[in-house]
Amino acid sequence: MTDTADNSVMKAENSAPENYINRVSFTARLKQYARSPLSLILMILVMLSALFAVGMLVFIIIYILVNGIPHLSAEQFSWEYTTENVSMLPAIINTLLMTAMTLLLAVPVGIFAAVYLVEYAKRGSKLVKVIRVATETLSGIPSIVFGLFGFLMFNIQLKWQYSILAGVITLSMMILPLIIRTTEEALLAVPDSYREGSFGLGAGKMRTVFRVILPTAVPGIMSGVILAIGRIVGESAALIFTSGTGHNIPKALIGSGSSASTLTVHMYILSNEGLHTNEAFASAVVLLGLTFIINLISDMVERHIAKKKG
Amino acid sequence: MQKVKEKLMRTVFLICACVSILAVVLICVYLFATGVPAMKEIGFTDFLFGQKWKPSSGYFGIFPMIIGSILVTGIAVVVGVPAGILCAVFMAHYCPAWLYRFVKPAVNLLAGIPSIVYGFFGLMVIVPFMKNLFGGSGKSLLTAGILLGIMILPTVIKTTEASLNAVPKSYYEGSLALGATHERSVFFASLPAAKSGILAAIILGVGRAIGETMAVVMVAGNQTILPESITSGIRTMTSNIVMEMGYATGLHQEALIATAVVLFVFILIINLCFSALKRRKD
Repeated sequence: MTDTADNSVMKAENSAPENYINRVSFTARLKQYARSPLSLILMILVMLSALFAVGMLVFIIIYILVNGIPHLSAEQFSWEYTTENVSMLPAIINTLLMTAMTLLLAVPVGIFAAVYLVEYAKRGSKLVKVIRVATETLSGIPSIVFGLFGFLMFNIQLKWQYSILAGVITLSMMILPLIIRTTEEALLAVPDSYREGSFGLGAGKMRTVFRVILPTAVPGIMSGVILAIGRIVGESAALIFTSGTGHNIPKALIGSGSSASTLTVHMYILSNEGLHTNEAFASAVVLLGLTFIINLISDMVERHIAKKKG
Repeated sequence: MQKVKEKLMRTVFLICACVSILAVVLICVYLFATGVPAMKEIGFTDFLFGQKWKPSSGYFGIFPMIIGSILVTGIAVVVGVPAGILCAVFMAHYCPAWLYRFVKPAVNLLAGIPSIVYGFFGLMVIVPFMKNLFGGSGKSLLTAGILLGIMILPTVIKTTEASLNAVPKSYYEGSLALGATHERSVFFASLPAAKSGILAAIILGVGRAIGETMAVVMVAGNQTILPESITSGIRTMTSNIVMEMGYATGLHQEALIATAVVLFVFILIINLCFSALKRRKD
């Protein structure tokens, strides 16, 4: 904040065009602020807000790490959950299982749906409009409503009890709009010349889609999938009443012994009981770590896409 | 043969595209088919405006929860939206490129932190803080509102930043050329031009806040009475569902589903606002 002049030089080096324009020396800027106190106040507010947002993140991360890392004991990673060790390893494995199964179910459906919307549907058809409204509605529904629906349909109506499959299907419905939207964007970004080239060489529509369009759109689709992974890993409200709170790795997809708590649900139970605060901190560390890794991969994919474009 | 294959794949794509319609219809059918009759049985006014929620003695009034959801969301907007917009302004117009490389991932990370971690953080940090400040249990309307305000920050920041970046540079440059300071140019030329994007950011933030469950249930206190002050405990519609669904039976369970119906209607209204706004922009 004190070396504004310095900053503007830095900005200029990074060749953002706007920054060439308003290159004002530090003293000149001070004079401006003296003349226009409102500007000074606004500038301070902006800086404070940015500091608040970033500071909050840093505070949350440091707080969780400081309180959590000392409790990341070997006990926390034993294969079997008992009420004594409250191990989180089964929950971590459940999270991975849940993520894999949900992606397996939702990603193909989402991609195919996007292919239909972009490559096959006629522009402005009624059906497309209905699909769009449905997708938008679906993406706005709070996760607890998904959870309630899953509970009613799978656990009660179909008598699956608390089961991992109920959680998987519920989550699939939840991430479907996300996959559809990102895939659509990725497909729209594929130049028309690719399609024309493929058709010109005598390929059919299906071959064009699978051999030309989808491979080109992979990075874009990947970024959607990674966002979806983030949502699955972080989800709790939709899972408490569908996949339930079973502490160990499920033995079946549905029925008894198929309940599986993911790491978030595991952490919710621990922090709700109030007896295992330390272990809850430890789970929070692992969750933060997972979030960090997912974000890192997401950044890498985004950068890859940007590089290709540029 | 080839033709059959093409036709078949086309049908597969079409069916997949219709899955989201099926999902919405299923959710609506399940919720409304149970929720609406339950509302009828309780009585619409008794349900929506009844101030007493005592399932064991047959009182199912969710008015305190509706007010709870609205108030918590309101506080979240007051806390999160100004800070979010200003932070977006920082990222779009102040942040030097070297710093941006850190701030942008930071905001993404803030968006990615699971709500359960936020809730736990609120429980361990904000609740004791409020307890010291105001007394009582520390779990209150204000606590939940502040926590939600932090949680909607990334949503508001991202959407606002995108709409600020979409404003033509010439607005800013023109204002500078007329002798305005950097701040005046940003706030009185660029920012008003991004108005509809900012409104969209607020609506998205409201949607996220009103639907949030796990974080709120941990810090809001969950009393089923109308709050007397900003520091009284409160229960939202979402936490009502998550707290009692596990053991509810009969009319009690149906009343919870009816709560979800009300929540669903709220979300639908918010979505409608959002798409109306988007259409106007186009």
